[in-house]
Amino acid sequence: MTANIETNSDRASTVTPVLEMRGITKRFHGFTALENVNLTIYPGEVHALMGENGAGKSTLMKILAGAYIADEGEIRINDMPAQITDPASARQAGINLIYQELNVAPNLTVTENMYMGNELKKGPFLDRQAMEAEAQQVLASLGATFGPNTTVRTLAIAEQQQVEIARALKDKSRILVMDEPTAALSDRETERLFEVIRKLRSDGIAIIYISHRMEEIYALADRISVLRDGQYIGSLTREEISPQRLVQMMVGRSMQDFYEHQRRTNVGEVVLEVINMSDGRKIKPVSFQLHAGEILGLAGLVGAGRTEVSRLIFGADRKTSGEVWLRGKKLKINSPDDAIAAGIGYVPEDRKDQGLFLEMSSRKNIGLNRLKQDAKAGLINWGAVDRVATQAVEDFNIRLANLEIRAIDLSGGNQQKLLLARWLAINPLVLLLDEPTRGVDIGAKSEIYRIISDLAAQGVAILMVSSELPEVIGMSDRVLVMREGELVGELDDSLEKEITQENIMHYATGATEVPAS
Amino acid sequence: MSQTLRPANRRPGEQPRATQRRSVSNILQVVGILPILVAICLLFALLSPNFLTAGNAVNILRQASINIVLATGMTFVILTGGIDLSVGSILAVSAVVAVLVSLLPALGWLAVPAGLLTGLLLGLVNGALITFLDVPPFIVTLGSLTALRGTAYLVANGTTVINRDLNFAWIGNSYVGFLPWLVIIALLTVAASWFVLRQTVLGVQIYAVGGNDRAARLTGIKVNRILLFVYGVSGLLAGLAGIMSASRLYSATGMLGQGYELDAIAAVILGGTSFTGGVGTIVGTLLGALIIAVLNNGLTLLNMSFFWQLVVKGLVIIVAVTIDRLRKRSRR
Repeated sequence: MTANIETNSDRASTVTPVLEMRGITKRFHGFTALENVNLTIYPGEVHALMGENGAGKSTLMKILAGAYIADEGEIRINDMPAQITDPASARQAGINLIYQELNVAPNLTVTENMYMGNELKKGPFLDRQAMEAEAQQVLASLGATFGPNTTVRTLAIAEQQQVEIARALKDKSRILVMDEPTAALSDRETERLFEVIRKLRSDGIAIIYISHRMEEIYALADRISVLRDGQYIGSLTREEISPQRLVQMMVGRSMQDFYEHQRRTNVGEVVLEVINMSDGRKIKPVSFQLHAGEILGLAGLVGAGRTEVSRLIFGADRKTSGEVWLRGKKLKINSPDDAIAAGIGYVPEDRKDQGLFLEMSSRKNIGLNRLKQDAKAGLINWGAVDRVATQAVEDFNIRLANLEIRAIDLSGGNQQKLLLARWLAINPLVLLLDEPTRGVDIGAKSEIYRIISDLAAQGVAILMVSSELPEVIGMSDRVLVMREGELVGELDDSLEKEITQENIMHYATGATEVPAS
Repeated sequence: MSQTLRPANRRPGEQPRATQRRSVSNILQVVGILPILVAICLLFALLSPNFLTAGNAVNILRQASINIVLATGMTFVILTGGIDLSVGSILAVSAVVAVLVSLLPALGWLAVPAGLLTGLLLGLVNGALITFLDVPPFIVTLGSLTALRGTAYLVANGTTVINRDLNFAWIGNSYVGFLPWLVIIALLTVAASWFVLRQTVLGVQIYAVGGNDRAARLTGIKVNRILLFVYGVSGLLAGLAGIMSASRLYSATGMLGQGYELDAIAAVILGGTSFTGGVGTIVGTLLGALIIAVLNNGLTLLNMSFFWQLVVKGLVIIVAVTIDRLRKRSRR
């Protein structure tokens, strides 16, 4: 299994690694999360740490940050053994983590956030001047456009992230770990973050970068290390990175047929028709049709209004104008239960916040939408719930020990499948999917693609909002593009409006006509 | 990191210290507060010869009955992430209304329905204010706690309404076999509520609303109706508790039930229901109410002063909340 693909890059012999983790092993409840894992990081490199969810990336990083203690293994910093026993000692060793969920106090200023816990003092009093001056300096070095006295609440997510980076820099961090840092950022903000990362790299800081987005890895990484099932699989240098090779290392098989969907141009009858629908604020009147068996991609930049459109159709937000027709009948949708009654399902983008009942059993999470129709006089038909849940676990290959496992204890991919299963249990005519594979590992991703593709083949009309262009292009039969609350373009596979990355970005960023090619 | 833990693979001998602590709290999660109740009972049995007798056991149950009924209603509310501070005041209004109606010559038989209906309506008003005006439950029910206390005094005209010939006095004073009706009513309430929460669609929806109200809305659950229902139930059961109180006393005053909401909340929290909603059981609440009743009874048998009783009760609640936090930590 562990075919080590070690590389001998030139620097390895000349430069001392800033960090070496050797033979790290960690077990929970007899479950081995990490087994004999090695990781070597050099100063001034962006080192991508890759692997599916559950591969052990987070555990390894938590050991580095002192949140967990390894059962076996050694951590060396600048060739010296380091004792990392808690978060404080990790910070002292120059290691800082920036989590996906930001760790800032929104009610305080940038300076206060940066110095929280180790404020500069003049005698018994705070030395605000010194702190602000230093904060200003660090912010300037990051190219931040906000001042040290700004209240963090007023900053955009990307800027709040810069505050965290600034805090790490102020602490003279030598190793910066970023866990999915772009998950909540728009494309433009992501680009800014990349500039910052490149600048940090040129200052000699080592960056360990965790992301599921391949494009980011290609854009940033100098080297990549891959974990699979808690084991170290190998490392690649920039020159050796190729999508096929990476996927093979991560999932242990090749990437053929990753998107199983065959694009179809002659689809079924119109199932859903949206006419001049608007929310009176952000969404300008939109109209489109959705056919049976069709996967309609809804593309656009983050904040273009795609989620809002699906929520309006579903009745989760109030429409101020427009009509929704289903199979030639005008629908009156005032709330989600109206939409569900009509046969529309909606899988929201943030499964933990809007989709799952984390404390509930998997059985109930899957069965919830069917409870009513199977019930007799309001009494739950547990037999039916069991049948549906067992069937779903089998059909979707949801990995769980038993149906009583709470949703919170499942991995991201399995949680997403749980959510899909809940909706499919009621056999919807129309399924609205908002970022169906966000934060899901590659293995689960391809399974979810297969599920979506199968559904379309069975005649379900699918509207898929996605920010991942390869996903939109790989899965959609037809693509609508939104920009600033407006539907600005439609792409199908006809010659002049081909579904390509360039054409989608062209509409999404502002050109109204696709240039003749 | 999120991964499915497989208990089957657990080898106890190999567990590091952190996970041992985790499995201790796992056990606490399953059996809940029962060991604490048993421990307290054992302690009192050792200290007082009068504690462990059949007569005293029935006594404890009877003393617990009103709080069990209130706490059962409170469980519904807290499961949705809300709180109902007004149950003591609703109890008073309902009790006064029931006794007043029982005094009417021709309509005396309506006393019990009138008391229940009063409670139900007042609970629904709470629920309506919370759902339709979108005011936080704590604030709405804090307001009705005060306003309804005043209402109870007003309806009773500032005096004690007495009916020496109360037609529903059997509730507070008769027995079926060796069990008082009060106890039977309380246990029936618990059983019915257990059934609703465990076996009906409505029950699952209540847990869903408390666990994640946004997700609940997006799965088509009518969140407003669920909230109306739980506050309605809480009010209805407060009305029932009012009838139980009045039947025992052959009378009612505006003062009745003062501070009862705190005992009810304490029972629910002792029973392991999460204050943020979505997690908890009726059986836990029953055990919580029994702990409070056993404490009251045992400490009195030991001749502990009322002041010290309050101190001990308060400390037990804090210990229970600590356990609640331990459970939460085990979920991480």
